[in-house]
Amino acid sequence: MGALSIRNVRKSFGATDILKGIDVEVEAGEFLILVGPSGCGKSTLLSMIAGLDTPSTGSIHIADRDVTYALPKDRDIAMVFQSYALYPNMNVAKNISFGLEMRNVPKVEREAAVQRVAKMLQIEHLLDRKPGQLSGGQRQRVAMGRALARNPKLFLFDEPLSNLDAKLRVEMRAEIKLLHQRTKTTTVYVTHDQVEAMTLGDRIAVMREGVVQQLGTPDDIYSRPATRFVAEFIGSPAMNMVGSRRAANGLVAKGVDLALTDEQRLALQTAAAPEITYGLRPESLAFADDGLPGSVSMLEPTGPETYAMVDTPLGNLVARVPGKVSHAVGERVFLRWAATDAHLFDGQNEKRVA
Amino acid sequence: MSAETRVTPASAGSRWIPAFAGMTASGRGAWHRLALWSVLLLFAFFFLTPMYVMLTSSLKDMAQIREGNLLSLPASPGFDAWAKAWSSACTGIDCGGLKPFFLNSVMMVVPAVLVSTALGAVNGYVLSKWRFKGSELMFALMLFGMFMPLQVVLLPMSQVLGWFGIASSIWGLVLVHILAGLPSTTLFFRNYYVGLPDELIKAAMLDGAGFWRIFWRIVLPLSGPILVVTLIWQFTNIWNDFLFGVVFSGGDSKPVTVGLNNLANTSSAVKEYNVDMAAAMIAALPTLFIYIIAGNYFVRGLTAGAVKG
Repeated sequence: MGALSIRNVRKSFGATDILKGIDVEVEAGEFLILVGPSGCGKSTLLSMIAGLDTPSTGSIHIADRDVTYALPKDRDIAMVFQSYALYPNMNVAKNISFGLEMRNVPKVEREAAVQRVAKMLQIEHLLDRKPGQLSGGQRQRVAMGRALARNPKLFLFDEPLSNLDAKLRVEMRAEIKLLHQRTKTTTVYVTHDQVEAMTLGDRIAVMREGVVQQLGTPDDIYSRPATRFVAEFIGSPAMNMVGSRRAANGLVAKGVDLALTDEQRLALQTAAAPEITYGLRPESLAFADDGLPGSVSMLEPTGPETYAMVDTPLGNLVARVPGKVSHAVGERVFLRWAATDAHLFDGQNEKRVA
Repeated sequence: MSAETRVTPASAGSRWIPAFAGMTASGRGAWHRLALWSVLLLFAFFFLTPMYVMLTSSLKDMAQIREGNLLSLPASPGFDAWAKAWSSACTGIDCGGLKPFFLNSVMMVVPAVLVSTALGAVNGYVLSKWRFKGSELMFALMLFGMFMPLQVVLLPMSQVLGWFGIASSIWGLVLVHILAGLPSTTLFFRNYYVGLPDELIKAAMLDGAGFWRIFWRIVLPLSGPILVVTLIWQFTNIWNDFLFGVVFSGGDSKPVTVGLNNLANTSSAVKEYNVDMAAAMIAALPTLFIYIIAGNYFVRGLTAGAVKG
């Protein structure tokens, strides 16, 4: 039984199509991520799930009920906004209980709910404060508390961590994950941050220009990206992309034969495209005694690993190697990789070949 | 979790004073300060002089006024002129002072201010947070009402008041002032509410609140500064209005501005300047009073939208 089902949803403003036919099914208890660059339509889609916007065509179902045109308050959903949207005139306790009050929940139950939520989020000592007296992280907790108080069928998060500093963002990310493990409420979470997408989601929908490019588990998305866009969007540093042409026995890029597996060769035979983009994740590249020659042009140590930019006949490639790098900038090096780690994309329609 | 608190705007606003005082240490700072104070005092003197003349004249008796020294202090200050202006000075053939006119003004100003402010708040709420097709056009047309010369509406309005059967009555004046005030009150509230995050409204909608509940529970409690600004603005405008007062009022519904005019223009054997001045003071006191008690909010409200983070 689907907790949330989005069926062929389209949205256009005049001649501009914001969403071009979205189909997503979310199972009960699942954590779905909508990720993509700004302008990809992810926030518009979330607004439609919330009932703050309506699709031009298509329908939205929550727990098998068609809610396409239902009011937000009749959908039994709760939402955490990017700006938190706490009511500045009410203290924390009132903020949390407002939704219950609007639904005519008796005062005693409201107070119990506030206590329960405050305990869960460790904000008991803040209940009498106004939002203006809270720090960013505290506001974030209160916003989540407000959503939790009602035990909704569906949780919606709209880029909830993007206003926090880096350290707090990591903390709150872990808390959201723990919270979901505990409450098992179906969740739709919008973000443009690929790390949030990978760490939080049971499944990820990568969107671009109003189209879902790929919908799958974080592992699917990372190890078998369906399009060149998904491959470049997910993963940091981004995947190295090398343009190549077909040759007698495989692929050649700028005079270099590219390593291929038998399966990849087979897939290439059935694909029509004359040009193929050959993709390699930075962690697939390693320094070796022979292989692709090049010179180190830049080193970016992050502590546990180092990103090395290497100038090769194939262009600048980024290698992500564990620990420190013993090579100096300008030094001649060789790069190696396994053919199984290569991703092949059609040069024209950018879809995955193998 | 740290219990940090934010700097409140009030404490932030007073920061410049110690810094300013510290400047006296250097000679350049002292000159700077002297120049600043001189200019400020000059302007204060310039604007307060007429007030001084009015106040002292109203406390003098006619004998001293006839001496002709405008700036002298009253020799034997008394409120005789004020008493006369309030209750027994003649306006035309009636000699009941300003009192009935003053009461008319109060009866007119209170409902007109409250209703025009309330309607402006709802209009502003709709035009900023519940936009509909054509709402921007509607707002533009309302703005046009602010810049329209009011003389244009005099004749049609008197016709309309006649149809409603409230011509020459206080209720007619109230209606005219409400209508004439709506463009500015709507503009004030609309521009203030544009600054409120839309997400607040969306969050309240998800929480289950409707149009009016969001207005009462979320929007109105956040409207303090703009409410005060609008109330002062409307009170001052309506209390000081002369044009509508003289055109649309009847014999027993004239506001205090018209009463003051009639009092000052009623010719008797001797021109009683002290009574005229006292009457002018009486007519001006309510706006002065409102501004003094709420002026702090007024300045804060006018700048609130600009500095809101």
